[in-house]
Amino acid sequence: MIEVNREGEVWVYAEQQAGTLRDVVLELCCKARELADRLGVSAGAVLVGAKLDGLPEQLIAHGIDHVYVTADERLGHYQTGSYAEVICHNIQKHKPQIVLYGATPLGRDLAPRVASAMRAGMTADCTDLDIKDVTEPRSKETHSNLLLQIRPAFGGNIIATIVNYDMWPQMATVREGVIAMHDPDPKRKGRVISETVPLDDTLFALKLIEEHIEPRSINLKGARVIVAGGAGVGSKANFRLIHELAGAIGGAVGASRAAVDGGYIGKEHQIGQTGTTVRPALYIAAGISGAVQHRAGMEESAKIIAINNDPESPIFSVSHYGIVGDLNQVIPMMVKTLKERGVAE
Amino acid sequence: MPYNSIVLVKQVPDTANVTADAMKADGTVNRGALPAIFNPEDLHALEAVLELRDRFGGTVTALSMGPPKAAEVLRSCLYRGADRAILLTDRRAAASDTLATSYILAQTIKTIGDYDLVFAGRQAIDGDTAQVGPQCAEKLGIPQVTYLDQLVDVNDRVIRVRRDIGDGWEVVDATMPVLITVVESANKPRPPRVRRLQRLKRARVPAEVVAEVKKSMRDASAEQREAEVARRVDELKKQGLLIEQWDLDDVKADLSRCGLAGSPTKVFRVQSIVLTKDGYTEIPATEEGVRQMIHELVVDHSLG
Ligand SMILES: Cc1cc2nc3c(=O)[nH]c(=O)nc-3n(C[C@H](O)[C@H](O)[C@H](O)COP(=O)(O)OP(=O)(O)OC[C@H]3O[C@@H](n4cnc5c(N)ncnc54)[C@H](O)[C@@H]3O)c2cc1C
Repeated sequence: MIEVNREGEVWVYAEQQAGTLRDVVLELCCKARELADRLGVSAGAVLVGAKLDGLPEQLIAHGIDHVYVTADERLGHYQTGSYAEVICHNIQKHKPQIVLYGATPLGRDLAPRVASAMRAGMTADCTDLDIKDVTEPRSKETHSNLLLQIRPAFGGNIIATIVNYDMWPQMATVREGVIAMHDPDPKRKGRVISETVPLDDTLFALKLIEEHIEPRSINLKGARVIVAGGAGVGSKANFRLIHELAGAIGGAVGASRAAVDGGYIGKEHQIGQTGTTVRPALYIAAGISGAVQHRAGMEESAKIIAINNDPESPIFSVSHYGIVGDLNQVIPMMVKTLKERGVAE
Repeated sequence: MPYNSIVLVKQVPDTANVTADAMKADGTVNRGALPAIFNPEDLHALEAVLELRDRFGGTVTALSMGPPKAAEVLRSCLYRGADRAILLTDRRAAASDTLATSYILAQTIKTIGDYDLVFAGRQAIDGDTAQVGPQCAEKLGIPQVTYLDQLVDVNDRVIRVRRDIGDGWEVVDATMPVLITVVESANKPRPPRVRRLQRLKRARVPAEVVAEVKKSMRDASAEQREAEVARRVDELKKQGLLIEQWDLDDVKADLSRCGLAGSPTKVFRVQSIVLTKDGYTEIPATEEGVRQMIHELVVDHSLG
């Protein structure tokens, strides 16, 4: 662990894949900027890989002041050991007070390894972050300006706020899609600092044999409107209704896990705790009961419409508009109305 | 060649089925009101090492950290074919966060010694952190391979694993010893074997024996109870039904790294999920209702 360092920067781990930054990294840059301003410190980013051209500029445009870059041919493919070593090296050298990672599969593999090596705290899967003074209940000691790490726990049934008094840095992984993004400012100035980290062969313990990346064909997070279907749709064939409504309204198609498990649609469409977190202007849930794990991924939507034939379904409790009825009748009515209005085109 | 595997298993409250009855008045969850289950992904980790043992020989040791009643998941492991089971139970380990938990588990694994593979579920459903596996690996100074969704092959000291990396998969080779975390799609866990269940259902850790004696001999003196515990423990041991129970001293744990003291992260506040929208507008399932709703959405710019 490092000592409490109030001058320490607020850092983002700049996860990239094949030279492209993850969306969540840009979201985190915006958050790091905000937190750094509130703490009166700079915002930093740690960038690791082989070919990183153009990425520091992108990080700076999104609010970062200092980009710490370690580029090495051997770092072309991610593996835990070598990447963790680079981050630990940087933490020990620059003593940031906060380090944020995206709660992606890679981030959730890397961050705990770093935390263990640093003997520092780590909070997984945060949905919100804040800065506040916190009084320790036992000692009554007040710690100023701590990072509040807010996350769902217990299968999404509670929201816990976690703090780290003094075993710093304060570190968390943050879910994609929960932080509002600002527009980048290409004129922003920042500094790129090259960090050479000695890496011995034992840090490259895994050998990559084969890799298969499926390009994400859908952009749920960018969608202004999402029409999501659940088990209540009943079959893959009937899921056509969801596509039709999405088409008529100009939205993207989402799904509950039950719909994905039922083979109605691919997993990349899943909304919720183990899927994508979204907050569109309008979310339409059809034939979805509204289990906590589903709600975790959509309840921040600005407007929610639920279509469900069971008035007791929990989905209604997070909805603004509720239609108690059979989706097989309601959806065609909506499609018809929308087409008449010409909302689509 | 035979491999010795250790599998980390956890008993968890069934968080997927939280009902209103399980919520306390202050909005926190009453763990006691929820059924305790075998953490789902850990069952897949167990299955993976049992399959390896069945194919190549070696041993499977199931390790759990928790209160005495967590022995139940260890019995489940034994029913399915684990060779050995160890419960790390110690009040001083209470309130450990993932860093302290992984320290204690790593100390326990070092005490077991002689292992080729450590397997664990990707994450436990009560915390969903997925941190304990990687943190254990770091403390053991061995590589980690997370999110195994297919164990492709084992060849001498090299294990080939397909990992689910979210937007695709990758196949990697790792040299033992290595720690591997497993997701649900990895395999289909076997059910308990009836013969083993019948024989092993009476298996106990000493702490359970103490509790049972306390209950059945309410009026006896402390000495009488102690003697009865010793007798029962001895009897279980003879029958091969005693599950090993270790405490922090047995694994030479530095107490400043365990429990609350060893946990950097502290819970500052807990709130129950309050369903935020207070009431919704009910739309009749008619063309007129739908038309009116869509009109409102267009007017307030949710649409169009
Ligand atoms: C660890 C974990 C993670 C999970 N992660 C996710 C996640 O990321 N996303 C997710 O969605 N789930 C997730 N789940 C699963 C979640 O608990 C629920 O099982 C799932 O969301 C249920 O999907 P559903 O609402 O489509 O199905 P159901 O709960 O079966 O609901 C179907 C609904 O359709 C309604 N219905 C039926 N017929 C009609 C009709 N003709 N017209 C109108 N309504 C109809 C019914 O009244 C019912 O409310 C997770 C679970 C666990 C344990």
